[in-house]
Amino acid sequence: MMEEVKDVSAGSVHGDTIKVTEVLQDGDTLTFIIVSQKLSGTGEYHVDRTYDDFEWLQQHLYTQEDVPGIQGVIFPPLPVRPQVNASAKVMKQLGFLALGEWQPYCRALETFLQQVVAHRLLSKNPALELFLTSADPPGRQKIKKNLFNRLSQAMEEMRKEGHKDVDEFFQTVRDQNLQLTGSSRTAAEKFLDVVLTEQKIAVACGHFSAALHLCVEPGQDPDHKAFSRVCVKLSEVFDSMRKSMMSFSLNDLNTLGLGLDLESRHLEAEKEMLFRRTCKLVELESARRNAERAKPVRKAAMEEVKKASETEFEQICEVAKQEPLSARPCGNAAEESDSVV
Amino acid sequence: MNAYMAYKVSTKTSLSVFKQRDFSVKRRFSDFLGLHSKLASKYLHIGYIVPPAPEKSIVGMTKVKVGKEDQSSNEFVEKRRSALERYLMRTVKHPILLKDPDVLQFLENSELPRAVNTQALSSAGILRMVNKAADAVNKMTIKMNESDAWFEEKQQHFENLDVQLRKLHASVESLVCHRKELSVNTAQFAKSAAMLGNSEDHTALSRALSQLAEVEEKIDQLHQDQANADFYLFSELLGDYVRLITAVKVRGVFDHRIKTWQKWQDSQVLLLKKREAEAKLQFTNKPDKLQQAKDEIKELEGKVQQGERDFEQISKIIRKEVGRFEKERVKDFKTIIVKYLESLVQTQQQLIKYWEAFLPEAKAIS
Repeated sequence: MMEEVKDVSAGSVHGDTIKVTEVLQDGDTLTFIIVSQKLSGTGEYHVDRTYDDFEWLQQHLYTQEDVPGIQGVIFPPLPVRPQVNASAKVMKQLGFLALGEWQPYCRALETFLQQVVAHRLLSKNPALELFLTSADPPGRQKIKKNLFNRLSQAMEEMRKEGHKDVDEFFQTVRDQNLQLTGSSRTAAEKFLDVVLTEQKIAVACGHFSAALHLCVEPGQDPDHKAFSRVCVKLSEVFDSMRKSMMSFSLNDLNTLGLGLDLESRHLEAEKEMLFRRTCKLVELESARRNAERAKPVRKAAMEEVKKASETEFEQICEVAKQEPLSARPCGNAAEESDSVV
Repeated sequence: MNAYMAYKVSTKTSLSVFKQRDFSVKRRFSDFLGLHSKLASKYLHIGYIVPPAPEKSIVGMTKVKVGKEDQSSNEFVEKRRSALERYLMRTVKHPILLKDPDVLQFLENSELPRAVNTQALSSAGILRMVNKAADAVNKMTIKMNESDAWFEEKQQHFENLDVQLRKLHASVESLVCHRKELSVNTAQFAKSAAMLGNSEDHTALSRALSQLAEVEEKIDQLHQDQANADFYLFSELLGDYVRLITAVKVRGVFDHRIKTWQKWQDSQVLLLKKREAEAKLQFTNKPDKLQQAKDEIKELEGKVQQGERDFEQISKIIRKEVGRFEKERVKDFKTIIVKYLESLVQTQQQLIKYWEAFLPEAKAIS
């Protein structure tokens, strides 16, 4: 596939230039400043948005009714709601994003926006343009919760997750995704532990350095003076160890930490898409059965339902195949799948 | 449970007081305690700072005796071995103690009579505990007229030193604990990175992740070694000094000096009383009682003089000892710190090497 230069833009904004430059804290509320370059080259858009605004945008993306097969889209993942003075549970959910004074969190939001703008189907959503360019925050009214909401994956729906696929290509993708999602989440958690421990060590070095400083003894006794000198020098060494450890930990956080977090959340989003497709598959199979068994009176109606289901499923598969899937099984499978449905 | 751990004590010497130049003996932990006990009873009360023996640990030793072959038992034995070595080194560095026949015997004799009074729960052990309590009470009730500013200053100095060293010790322990934690976490991350590497389809990425896992494993080992260095060098040293200072302060030489002073004062008071009594007797007609009184006075005068001499002697010895202690302390700390810094530098250099080796792999991903 030739690498084509994509014009990444949403309406009037140049996608690659979207930056979350600042985060302001007012009591418990966090406000993010988003800067993006105008496509026309005449300047920048500066807007301030809260997490509620991001959720508003996300909801609008989910409910794009006019795009066929929208359920096949891997929606760019929005990070969990940030909390100032978060509880332990929320800290665990946020993981790396809770650290580093919200800088990694800003990077995550940035990535979210950039991915939305870059998506061929999502970038055309008018809500996106409003979000990025309107001086006033976009409407904060809550729209109805829809079936994309993760919370609606009720327990009985979990059965469907294991439903055998009709398409070898997608079965492979699903299996691969399952493995990857687990591994990457574990890797992210373990690395978080490493980063947190590095920070603890930095703090302990600081304490030791301070304690050494207290060992300086007054007086003219040459032995005392020698001891004091040694203590001061060692105190300086440990202080620089503290700084070095802190910078290790920050660096780890901003590079591999953030990377693992983004990867892990992207895989989750892919999992959700695959699940939606699987649910549709189950629906389709059940519609077929109904159409077969229907009494003549109901037959026509059932056929209609079956047809609609088939079309929707095909559209979803089409869209899904063009998404950046984590697994790309060898070419043959992709060709075969068209004939199976 | 008749099994016990024996430690091999090897000496290399050029001193003529020893029969050979290079020899080894086997000693039990209780032998070390026995040695310390003898030295303390001989030298502490005249003002010599006798290094304290390592502490007993009933829990730790029981686990080892029961034959548990695990990490913590090995660590315990190594810790103890290291402590015993430091104890002996400190003891023989002392010019007076080195000449003591008990020390020489300890180092040279192939067989030593078993020191039985060192067990924690023996009657002797309990007696020691009672004595400790009694001493503590005594210390509070003796008020000495300190005529020598040097001693007052030194007392204060050791109080301060004690507080500082304890703080340092606590800091280092916390640091060691976190380093060990880091080593564990790094190892776990290495495992999870390896798993992720195995799951990934994209081969360059997969290879890179596996390499990353390997690097992290090596780093984990480094962290462990660093933790050990922190521990053995610093933490143990600080612990030793905290215990040493206790030997100086409480039940230590300063205390004995106060006791010596007290004895001297008591004799003086007694002498005064006897003199008064004698003066009274002068006016009564009891010649033999008078003679007795005069004899007693003569004896007491001798005691008082001896008391004064003892007091001056112990003061002199303590001054010398404290001077030697301070010099040793500075030297000890300097040596350890140099060793520690060297190990730090090495660790950092090794870390850099590992990461530099990994960099080309990482760059090859795309």
